Amino acid sequence: MPTATPQSPVPQAVERENYLNKEYGVWSWLFTTDHKRIALLYLISITFFFFIGGFFALLIRLELLTPAGDLVQADTYNKLFTMHGMVMVFFFLIPSIPAVLGNFLVPMMIGTKDLAFPRINLLSWYLYVIGGVMMLHCMLTGGVDTGWTFYAPFSTNFTNTKIVEAGLAIFVAGFSSILTGLNFVVTIHRMRAPGLTWSRLPLFIWAHYATSIIQLLGTPVIAVTIVLVAAERALHLGIFDPRLGGDPLLFQHLFWFYSHPAVYIMILPSMGVISEVIACFSRKRIFGYSFVAFSSIAIAVFGFLVWAHHMFVAGISVYSALVFSFLSYAVAVPSAIKVFNWTATLYKGSIHYDAPMLYAFGFLGLFTIGGLTGLFLAALGIDVHVTDTYFVVAHFHYIMVGGALMGYLGGMHFWWPKISGRLYPEGWARLAALIVFIGFNLTFFPQFLLGYMGMPRRYYDYSHMPEFQILNVLSTAGATVLGVGYLLPMIYFLWSMRYGKPAPDNPWNAAGLEWKTASPPPTFNFDEDPVVTWEAYNYEELDAPPHQQEVPVAR
Amino acid sequence: MPDSTLVGLHHEEEHHPELLHHFADAQQQRDASSLGMWVFLATEIMFFGGLFCAYLVYRRWYFGDFAAASKSINMALGATNTAVLICSSLTVVLAVWAAQTARRALLIGSLAITMLLGLTFLGIKGIEYKDKFVEHHVPGASFSFENEPIPGHPGQFANPRHAQMFFSLYFVMTGLHALHMIIGLGIFLWLFVMAWKGRFTPEWHTPVEIGGLYWHFVDIVWIYLFPLLYLIDRHP
Repeated sequence: MPTATPQSPVPQAVERENYLNKEYGVWSWLFTTDHKRIALLYLISITFFFFIGGFFALLIRLELLTPAGDLVQADTYNKLFTMHGMVMVFFFLIPSIPAVLGNFLVPMMIGTKDLAFPRINLLSWYLYVIGGVMMLHCMLTGGVDTGWTFYAPFSTNFTNTKIVEAGLAIFVAGFSSILTGLNFVVTIHRMRAPGLTWSRLPLFIWAHYATSIIQLLGTPVIAVTIVLVAAERALHLGIFDPRLGGDPLLFQHLFWFYSHPAVYIMILPSMGVISEVIACFSRKRIFGYSFVAFSSIAIAVFGFLVWAHHMFVAGISVYSALVFSFLSYAVAVPSAIKVFNWTATLYKGSIHYDAPMLYAFGFLGLFTIGGLTGLFLAALGIDVHVTDTYFVVAHFHYIMVGGALMGYLGGMHFWWPKISGRLYPEGWARLAALIVFIGFNLTFFPQFLLGYMGMPRRYYDYSHMPEFQILNVLSTAGATVLGVGYLLPMIYFLWSMRYGKPAPDNPWNAAGLEWKTASPPPTFNFDEDPVVTWEAYNYEELDAPPHQQEVPVAR
Repeated sequence: MPDSTLVGLHHEEEHHPELLHHFADAQQQRDASSLGMWVFLATEIMFFGGLFCAYLVYRRWYFGDFAAASKSINMALGATNTAVLICSSLTVVLAVWAAQTARRALLIGSLAITMLLGLTFLGIKGIEYKDKFVEHHVPGASFSFENEPIPGHPGQFANPRHAQMFFSLYFVMTGLHALHMIIGLGIFLWLFVMAWKGRFTPEWHTPVEIGGLYWHFVDIVWIYLFPLLYLIDRHP
């Protein structure tokens, strides 16, 4: 009886073989060299750290709900904002888009089977995990209280918290970031499909190329800075210790030489996502393609020349401050080019308000506010007034959360059908996008006001200025809303993996090679090696009546 | 159906084929590996760059003290080491040429001599470190650099704290360089084993080439370290 005849296939066998169902079992994941699986490993691990960092943020906001320092002790508060910063910057934002979406999409967008060095790609994830475990151990056994910037000489001579361990964790995670960047640069240079010239590359690729350059040239400098801090703590070399002839400012120069460009490591990939999303949901070729592409490179280059604007009040020469102020204005130009070009793309586009596009709109507004307030801070006079206040905190959260994170979420929604092979619930997603936008503004806009009124950052007790409470209550309320907004996508993404409708290969009717293969893609991405004969974002052709359409690539 | 984890154990065995599955051809694979190493070396330049930056700042501030401290390290040993490393670069080039032209004996010999020269370098470095230790020039509690004259300024003596800065940078910079040498020796040991097994052919010897690139880079770092650390204000 159970002898199956060839005429009655098992129902499950209908499903195509793809990267998810090709193999099962823990080992097939832990020893995978498939860039798509490594991307998912990264997705799980950075989500874990995102919620740890978010938990610290929630405690910070709860403490500031009342003027008195009543929820936690001062020392604990110092550790909270330090660990929040370190976890979010080094273990969430820097790997977020490159290591998840970039890992998944770079080989697919350029039409190749994998990154150039698949085993190095896996190694980078293991390094990330090792760094992450060290960071967790450091947090659980006492943490660090210096702020994520671990300025000398406090970090080298005074604090007795776990600087060396945290530094080592960041060192290892930095190595992982370097390896990702190295893989991208080599892959983009050497592995593009036939016909895919540089001027036909998706802007997502240009953005990742620029990001990789920063990762490659910036990260080693923070690595050697960490080595020096560790050596200074262990051996009292005196390199950053004025009592021994050293200079604490040298630490700040070395630190910000990486850590300012690191902001562009966070925001550039997000800009790449926004270019893809805006072109797709306004059904137009991106306006000023080459300007958008080269502005990414310009940001990467100029980004290395502005670091001392973090040090205007640290005692640097007023002449060098002038130069750095000017250069900081200059770096706003390529960012503005992008924003104007995106806006021009929207003009007369046929705009669809799907969830990814809602995030892109959110990005446009919030990044613009974040960028413009950055110019306030680049101006020497205003910077003196608002240095170390909540104005700065609000500014960089508008860039990193309002910009980078919105782009990340938009990208996750846009490519989720490709990643998982399932559709997420659109209604819930639009609601979540709205909640995130409202929650974000409610959290961080009051902080601009607080900062401008003079509330310093990193204070856990403001009982001598109780008039700040109302804005702090608003901010804490907003943080709660924002937390809900972040939990929702995680819930419905997980839900959709089991119950979501199966996704078609190209649910958005989007351009780009990644949509010309199955959802989810087979292990080697394409059944046949693609050849590219069209320009990027050829939406006018895609939307043309069928008889005028180009024949799609055969699979 | 319970998808047993046993299925996962049958995971694709990568038995080191010369051409990995995701490259179109051998040329692409070779170009990618070589570009990968060049990019990695760019990150290394930035890594050492931070130290060179710190060195230049303090050398400018405390020039006389640095000159006095520099005089205390053994120029002869440093110069010998420079010669040793330049010779090793020659043997690396020979190894690459031997791999390209299928001269197995020369390849194995060149790799072995390269490693010997690398070990010689580390040995001499060890002697220099020991001398510094004996002379109490290692930064820390027992550091001492009293009454050391500043070259060219009779009657003036170096500030021990500023001299200690020199020695701090000396140990960090040469220490990290030595660490890179040790990693290079590991790479070359692996290359040696592969060459011994006859794995390199004129068609495929990318590891020799990119391992060689790394070795040359470490040499070049030393070419900069030697004058900067050993030859400050030296006059006959």
